[in-house]
Amino acid sequence: MDLITPEFGLFFWQTIVFLVLIFVMAKFAWKPILGAVNNREQSINDALASAVEARKEMQNLKADNEQLLKEARADRDAILKEAREIKEKIITEATEDAQKKADRIVAQAQENIKLEKQAAMTELKNHVAALSIEIAEKVIRKELSSDEKQHQMIDKMLGDVSTLN
Amino acid sequence: MIAHKSFKIIVTLTLAFALLPFLAFASADQVENETEEKFNPTDMILHHIGDSHGWHFFGSGDNSYTLPLPVILWTDNGLVTFMSSEFHHDTEGEYIVEKDGMQFVNYHEKIYQLEESAETVKFDEEDYPLNAERPLDLSITKNVAAMLLTVILMIWFFFGLAGFHKKNKHAPKGFNNVLETLVLFVRDEIAKPQIGEKKYMKFMPFLLTVFFFIWITNLLGLLPGAANVTGNIAVTVSLGLFTLAIIIMNGNKDYWKHVFWMPGIPTFVKPILAVVEVLGVFIKPIALMIRLFANITAGHIIILSLLGLIFILESAGVAGISVPFALFITILELLVAFLQAFIFTMLSALFIGMAVAEHEHH
Repeated sequence: MDLITPEFGLFFWQTIVFLVLIFVMAKFAWKPILGAVNNREQSINDALASAVEARKEMQNLKADNEQLLKEARADRDAILKEAREIKEKIITEATEDAQKKADRIVAQAQENIKLEKQAAMTELKNHVAALSIEIAEKVIRKELSSDEKQHQMIDKMLGDVSTLN
Repeated sequence: MIAHKSFKIIVTLTLAFALLPFLAFASADQVENETEEKFNPTDMILHHIGDSHGWHFFGSGDNSYTLPLPVILWTDNGLVTFMSSEFHHDTEGEYIVEKDGMQFVNYHEKIYQLEESAETVKFDEEDYPLNAERPLDLSITKNVAAMLLTVILMIWFFFGLAGFHKKNKHAPKGFNNVLETLVLFVRDEIAKPQIGEKKYMKFMPFLLTVFFFIWITNLLGLLPGAANVTGNIAVTVSLGLFTLAIIIMNGNKDYWKHVFWMPGIPTFVKPILAVVEVLGVFIKPIALMIRLFANITAGHIIILSLLGLIFILESAGVAGISVPFALFITILELLVAFLQAFIFTMLSALFIGMAVAEHEHH
């Protein structure tokens, strides 16, 4: 029966000691320990939260960067395209210009050639005419060198005139 | 590989020890005739799990090594104190200590004040003293001393951890880390789920103190020569009353309403249920008290019984069987030490949680 009969002395000491222990431990051990643990957990949570925030910001930045890059690339493409167009335009214009100029030159040259040709023909004609007259003069002079021949001639010519009438 | 090898060695040793009894029988027969005093296992076990006025380590009679502890008595003539060594290891009520004209004897670790004419204490058949009475005994007994040792250890451990936190912001390492993990275990696995995020903080000092007090005391109790503090009914009664007091002091209106006038049931059942519920308020801490006491005491009794077999059978060979068994039970008791601390704290938290819970009203 001793086993299940509480001794008052032990009960008394257990109660006093335990009560004191609770208050002593609460003030000098549990409070600082739990406080420190809570603070640490809080700071860990904060750190985690800020890490998430930072990652989000990073992603935003990355997205921004990509956007910028994309825009830049688009700009570049646009500029290149424009440049290409301008180049082609310039080339086309230049070609057309050159063609026109060439045509004009060719036309002018042909004109010149034509004029030169006409001038040359005229000169040639004049020349031939002069020569013909000279030859005719020489022939006539030869023909009319004697009186007989001159008479013959006048006769002939008079004959011609009379036939004409 | 190594584990396999050591397992083999253990099996071999166990078998060798198990065979020893057969070899030892011959000598045992001779010893039996010589022993006059028969070994009484009940006395031995009750002596070991009971409280005492001195802390006995080993040896017997005048040759025993015992740490004397102060005896504090409140008699009709005032306070009397002396060291337990003044009884000269006598627990049979034969050695009389005289103080302030009063005579004291230690009979089975109970101190009796003899009546003036008496020379020795006499008992009737029911062990009731005829010519003596017990003064109020507030001695620092073995259990009180062991309990104080737990207190010193707790203060040493946790003031150390608190000191670490005062100086540092980071998490502790080594032993302090172990302690902190256990503190967090009580907070996260016991207090928070049972009491709730909002109110648990108020009860943390009690829960932490009771958890570590029970656990450390249980573990110390497993050491050879140690006291059986948590296996003493006076200690568990005190701990159970703490839980009861906290429940009564913190029980909210809803809780008492549910105890005395349970809502949501027919009126004629309410008084019946009130009786049951009021009984329940007291049965809960009583269950806590008996569970802890019985578990720890039972563990000690099993170990002592197994070792007692050696002396009952009067053969050293039995040790080959009882020692491994006792070792196994001791290891099991290490688990029980934690488990009982956990269960006591867990159920205390559960009961407190029920008392402070806020019910949803429909």
